[in-house]
Amino acid sequence: MSEIDSAAVLPAPGPAPLGARLHEWVVTVDHKRLGLMYVGAGLFFFFVAGIEAALIRWQLAVPNNHLISPDAYNRLFTMHGTTMIFLVGMPILLGIANYLVPLMIGARDLAFPRLNAFGFWVFLFGGVLLYFSYVAGEGLYGAGSAPDVGWFAYAPLTGAAFSRGNGTDYWIVALLVSGLGSIATAVNLVTTTLTMRCEGMTLGRMPLFVWMMLVVSFLILVAVPPLTAAQVMLLFDRRLGAHFFDAAAGGSAVLWQHLFWFFGHPEVYILMVPGFAWASEIIPVFSRKVIFGYPMMVAATVSIGFISLGVWAHHMFAVGMGTTLNSLFAASSMLIAVPTGIKVFNWIATMWGGRIRFATPMLFCTAFLLQFTVAGLTGIMLAVAPFDWQLTDSYFVVAHFHYVLIGGLLFTLFAAIYYWFPKATGKLLDERLGRWHFWLFVIGFNLTFAPMHVSGMLGMPRRIYTYPADRGWEPWNMAASIGAAVQAVAILIWVWNVIRTFRRGKPAGNDPWNAWTLEWATTSPPPAYNFEVLPTVRSRRPLWDLKHPEDPDWKYE
Amino acid sequence: MTEHAVAVTAVPSESLRGRVGMLCFLCSEASFFAVFVVAYLFYVGKSATGPTPGAVLDLGLVGVNTACLLASSVTIGLAIRAVRRDRGRAFVGWWASTALLGVEFLAGTAVEWHRLLRTDGLTIATNLFGTSFYSLVGFHAAHVTAGVLAIAVVLALAAAGKVRRRDAERLELLSWYWHFVDGVWIVVFTSVYVVGR
Amino acid sequence: MLRDTAGRGRTSGRARVSSAAAVLLAAVSGAAAGDAPNRTPSIFEPVSTPATEIHHLSLLVFGITAAIFVVVLAVLVHVIVRYRWRGDDPGREPPQIYGSGRVELAWTIVPILIVIVLFLATARTMGTIQKNRAPEGALRVTVVAHQWWWEFRYPDLGVVTANELHVPVSTKDRPRPVFLTLESADVIHSFWVPRLAGKTDVIPNHPNTTWIEPEKPGLYVGQCAEFCGTQHAGMLLNVVVETPETFSSWIEAQRRPAVVDPAVETGRDLFRSTACVNCHEIRGAGASGDVGPDLTHLMSRATIGSGVAPNDRAHLESWVRDPATIKPGVRMPAMQLPDRDVDAIVDYLETLR
Repeated sequence: MSEIDSAAVLPAPGPAPLGARLHEWVVTVDHKRLGLMYVGAGLFFFFVAGIEAALIRWQLAVPNNHLISPDAYNRLFTMHGTTMIFLVGMPILLGIANYLVPLMIGARDLAFPRLNAFGFWVFLFGGVLLYFSYVAGEGLYGAGSAPDVGWFAYAPLTGAAFSRGNGTDYWIVALLVSGLGSIATAVNLVTTTLTMRCEGMTLGRMPLFVWMMLVVSFLILVAVPPLTAAQVMLLFDRRLGAHFFDAAAGGSAVLWQHLFWFFGHPEVYILMVPGFAWASEIIPVFSRKVIFGYPMMVAATVSIGFISLGVWAHHMFAVGMGTTLNSLFAASSMLIAVPTGIKVFNWIATMWGGRIRFATPMLFCTAFLLQFTVAGLTGIMLAVAPFDWQLTDSYFVVAHFHYVLIGGLLFTLFAAIYYWFPKATGKLLDERLGRWHFWLFVIGFNLTFAPMHVSGMLGMPRRIYTYPADRGWEPWNMAASIGAAVQAVAILIWVWNVIRTFRRGKPAGNDPWNAWTLEWATTSPPPAYNFEVLPTVRSRRPLWDLKHPEDPDWKYE
Repeated sequence: MTEHAVAVTAVPSESLRGRVGMLCFLCSEASFFAVFVVAYLFYVGKSATGPTPGAVLDLGLVGVNTACLLASSVTIGLAIRAVRRDRGRAFVGWWASTALLGVEFLAGTAVEWHRLLRTDGLTIATNLFGTSFYSLVGFHAAHVTAGVLAIAVVLALAAAGKVRRRDAERLELLSWYWHFVDGVWIVVFTSVYVVGR
Repeated sequence: MLRDTAGRGRTSGRARVSSAAAVLLAAVSGAAAGDAPNRTPSIFEPVSTPATEIHHLSLLVFGITAAIFVVVLAVLVHVIVRYRWRGDDPGREPPQIYGSGRVELAWTIVPILIVIVLFLATARTMGTIQKNRAPEGALRVTVVAHQWWWEFRYPDLGVVTANELHVPVSTKDRPRPVFLTLESADVIHSFWVPRLAGKTDVIPNHPNTTWIEPEKPGLYVGQCAEFCGTQHAGMLLNVVVETPETFSSWIEAQRRPAVVDPAVETGRDLFRSTACVNCHEIRGAGASGDVGPDLTHLMSRATIGSGVAPNDRAHLESWVRDPATIKPGVRMPAMQLPDRDVDAIVDYLETLR
């Protein structure tokens, strides 16, 4: 399939020199290497944005703090949000899909390996460009400045009149470029899934992971180009004197919000559905039961995909859209709770009656179930438009989406990393350190973000660099900052776990978790061509059929 | 697993892959253009100053352009049919006419823009009409340009005798792109020259 | 005066952790032991019709979501305890259950019913709160948001002031809702005083409206709730709710032109001869700038810089010398005045009662 790479895996006499090995990674078109590079780059940006978050919490620990200047603070939260969404969430979810989709459907690579490499390098270029703004945001004269307009960059604050220098232009171009990469990879994933499944793998026999990534890829295709278009308009406004979002010439600041959130809300599901995808593979394996209600899970995912395209204006209840639009978007936003609820219940039903083994991946998935329920319920509160008038743009919203993106997505990501790390490296992460990592992270996460619900309801708006001392917000902010420190310790333990495992981890074998999908049928790590002979499947759990010839799945499906 | 698996014969066909990939790409392109169309329609009649579309847009010229672009969809279809039947001369003829029609469209647009910029003083910075007009029509013209360049490359290869029947599938994908750009023009034409005028 | 009403603005003595802790912290820091004004803008202590309506709706929503959470938690705990693998019988797999149409239908239908209930409640409250036209007898105020301060115009009363919105209390027998028109001079802001009403965004070229109907005199704090640039955090908002009598006399005072005190003529001349007049208006003193806050009755306000500092001599002096020391990033430039001139100008400002 990828002839370029097959040379790299031939047994070589002794390890190749470092330069040659690096060169192999740079020129590779192998989906597994690109997947790992995606995840690696995403984790690098995760640490950068994590440091930004730590600085934010340091600043907010006490009222009237002047540790960080207002402009520096505004850059911090802009870069934190932008980085976490576009340079951490997107590449990691695309990377894991890159790695696993071909393995799970019994293919040897993605449909367009070179396009895949293009997607990765373009993303990385965008990421570097965004951070280059710290150096060159003022155009290489004077001090540098990163964008400071917030990750959703509301017009007209982003216009040339209010946002001087080049920070906002870096924001535009960096995201535009990395967005192209995401679109390219989505094209690749859809094509691969639809045309390259192995013999016997009908759509109805695809692992749920593959189904969910198919929906995510479609969402990327539909939702990312509008962001690109809106950013092009903004760039025209800033650089060519156009008036798209220029209120003084009749342009509309509200149009930007519609365009941005038409991307922005599907983006939430683009980020979160991969979390569902990982959980849907991990929970059954550690419960030793088949997923409960596979067709319903697929249907729920597809309907989440569709409904998510029609809820964007629930970010705009306070904009003054009028009762009709507010009601419509309140209704659609509440409706999306139904398929989401179905998923939570189906996962719990999968655990029901099982023999649940609480290894680290399952611990993270269990915490995810509860924390994501909290996120869903606060989401319902935000969909209740009048309640939203109080809650929107307050710390309640900050709490809500961190329960989604950390309590939901990051927890399932850690589950996924503990689960598939042995496949990718051939070594098992340490369980004892994994437990420490898990419990400290559960405590730290909830200590940080649960209090934010309260401070938001006590009237604390988001994105303020400091706050007066007479508002009753101090204890909640102090708790959040302490929680952030606990989270940092947990992350360091995980980093230590990864480093230690690389140096002297236990060998994993092909199938350490006694799992059922095709990626466990090949070696750990898999060879460049994935499978010596392309497999044939008869059910959703081909390895279950192999291990239980007396009671195979295909009898029941 | 591998030793139990039955060897698979059905290699996924290259052509199916290309078609699905192209459709996905066009889907994202459609989403991109939709935003500019929506913005154009949203700003119809909202300009704070002139000139207005009714005053400066010339239907005669754009009518000729539209006819050429629509005709080019027919010629590229005939070209694909010719190459599938391995009729090289017919292919080159239809393919070259497609290129010519595309070039005519671009030239027509250039004439229109020149008039708008010089005579009517309409730039992207003049008013909301200028802003949304040049963006929408400009992005479409950029896509036509990309298509014409690709068609020209194929034409050069064909002139060198390097286009054969086995290339029909890839040329078909290029023709899909061309039909798509054509379809976008119908929407742009309707929005800008019919609804918004 | 703001400080007088501050005491009345205290929240009821309900034992909430937050207020207790806030008072404790204030006491420890010695800021205002004993009589610490608790200004927590909690959405659970509404004193105005829209906020009260939202509060009632929120209790329903909390009830429903709490019930759902308890159910999920209970089931999950049961599953964890009951079906946890204890290391016995390693080889056997549990029975495989592929799904159940009936069960799945149940947990599709029940959430749909809950959504319908929630939606009806939402629509009802929205109908009560969203009003596009000022009700009969309402006080009309135009709010103009600037980077980073608030301008309040009372078009029917001929009063313009900044950062502290004075409104009369609305009682059963003398209802007096306040109808606010929201306009922005630059970027998007959001008007939010949690105890009075939910947020309404303030958008350039897109006037919005909202209304409040405060039923208790007091000081209610809020602030800009949409990120609007460098000093978004310093765009605080104070609403002073007064008895109708106090409000009338405040209006009377605000309508008068600025005091002319010959003792501070030096300062007044300096104010008029420097760049101050380009941005600030002082009615009756020949200053008519409209970029910054109206200073005609500056000393009737308790704070300066949109609530970031108390309005006293020391802070006024630093503000006139270089406002960025108090509010970094503020649009007002440092005027580079010698100390003598600063003193004279502050002397003058202090007469603007």
